[in-house]
Amino acid sequence: MLENIKKAPYATALIVLGTVVLAFVPMFVSGYIMSVFILLFANVALATAWSFFSGATRYISLATAAFFGIGIYVLAVAHVYVPIPIALAAAAGIGFLVALVIGLSTLRLRGVYFVVFTFGLTELIHQVLNWWEIKINRTVSRYIFTDISNVSIYETLLAITVVTIVGSWFVSRSRLGFALRAIGEDETVARHAGINTTLVKVICFALSASVMALVGAVLALRYPYIDASIAFNNTWSFQVLIAALLGGPGRVWGPMIGAVPLVLLSEFLAGSFPHHFSIALGLCFVVIVYFLPGGITRLVLRLYHSWHAQYMRKEAH
Amino acid sequence: MEPLLSVNKLRKAFGGLVAVRDVSFEIPQGSIMGLIGPNGSGKTTVLNLITAELSADSGSVTFQGKEILGLQSYQVCRSKIARTFQLVRVLPHMTTRENVMLGRMFGSDPTTPTEAEHEADVLLKRVGMAGRADLFASQLTYIDQKRIELARALATRPQLLLLDEWLAGLNPTELRIGIDLISQIRREGITIVMIEHVMEAIRALCDRCVVLNAGEKIAEGTAQSVLSDPEVMHAYLGVDDAAA
Repeated sequence: MLENIKKAPYATALIVLGTVVLAFVPMFVSGYIMSVFILLFANVALATAWSFFSGATRYISLATAAFFGIGIYVLAVAHVYVPIPIALAAAAGIGFLVALVIGLSTLRLRGVYFVVFTFGLTELIHQVLNWWEIKINRTVSRYIFTDISNVSIYETLLAITVVTIVGSWFVSRSRLGFALRAIGEDETVARHAGINTTLVKVICFALSASVMALVGAVLALRYPYIDASIAFNNTWSFQVLIAALLGGPGRVWGPMIGAVPLVLLSEFLAGSFPHHFSIALGLCFVVIVYFLPGGITRLVLRLYHSWHAQYMRKEAH
Repeated sequence: MEPLLSVNKLRKAFGGLVAVRDVSFEIPQGSIMGLIGPNGSGKTTVLNLITAELSADSGSVTFQGKEILGLQSYQVCRSKIARTFQLVRVLPHMTTRENVMLGRMFGSDPTTPTEAEHEADVLLKRVGMAGRADLFASQLTYIDQKRIELARALATRPQLLLLDEWLAGLNPTELRIGIDLISQIRREGITIVMIEHVMEAIRALCDRCVVLNAGEKIAEGTAQSVLSDPEVMHAYLGVDDAAA
């Protein structure tokens, strides 16, 4: 761990400084700005968690909304009976366990089959929960009453986001991260080189899902009222995927770089053109696929490399 | 002496097609065995069954006295059996060095990335790839990709190395280098099974050959003896041409 910090002193300093500055932001800004930050943190954490698994292994998951929704529901049910921190931990834990079971049964699917399955899974959980609530619990929705302040939500999400990014960074430089990348490159080779690919995939899928569930649970503290359609909204799955692709899923910083402009854009659109958000999201997707296949990070790296090469040539003369 | 690997009545069918029909053979420690036969005779399927890429319908495979059928591919690798692939497989967006590190970090004797990096460079030099360690595998020529496949397999520290047409597509100079490399690997005590069509290499390297045709073993013996076996000639050339 210390070795990694020594190897990347600037990144470490940037994280520490950024975290400290952001931690004090609520003292100086309005409630609206704070809620924009909350949305930013949530998206960055989700996109980073998504990319941690899907970016490295190229198992493109559309189940973000499923785990996010599970987090929301666990909190909505649990906050009545237990203190909030325990409800949050339960959300992360249940997200982890559900992903473990799903992972074991489905991570043998590859490519488009996995994508379609994860999309269907979200819908399945959504509908089953809806049926359960109506038939068994005789309700369509739940209320969430807490006295948690927006500042607490802000700080909690900031902490989750920082831990997710730093954790994902450490893993990317570890043996586990290497194994994940190898699986993404060629799973057959990885398997025949001694990697227990099933174990690696399932564990990382579950870790990623537990972050998604936790983020859902924290955001739920802001919702006075939830139902299955709010919790399991597929827009989350797509927005997170697009944010990660826009930034560049191959690097730890990529999803963050993609999520920030996307959230700001969606905030702007939601205010000024509430009905055009999906169109903008769709356009973003088209632009990324056609012009930015490696995301912003790869574009910047390529520009840097060509500038660097030119600079070296000039130096040589 | 007990053979390093023994394959017993191994069988695999794909629907109604029996790709491998009750094939048995043994590989003594330290030898090179050629697995030969016409296209579609089941050679690669045998390799895939041994390394658990496919699951066998029946039969047994014992390695160092232990049954390995039923293990998963990663466990087969960790029990010291490494392989290369007929259609070369590399990790395209990782560097040559990282491709080899993979084997060392997760193979039969896993180690830290730092140590793996060092040893990867040594192995790359051995297969003639020194100086190309930082290139991405996708930037390499076909031949060089084959070299890093071999280095990756060796990095897992195998006792048994399975080569699936590793010498195919090499020019005469490269072929000589390749043959030298394989015999050098054998001298280090690694037992080798090679699927091969290059007769020159088979004659130069193989102590024994097993010949498959349509999933069945039709001959076994020294390279000289099986290649002059009439039934083997029939299998390769067809009855009429073999008679001529």
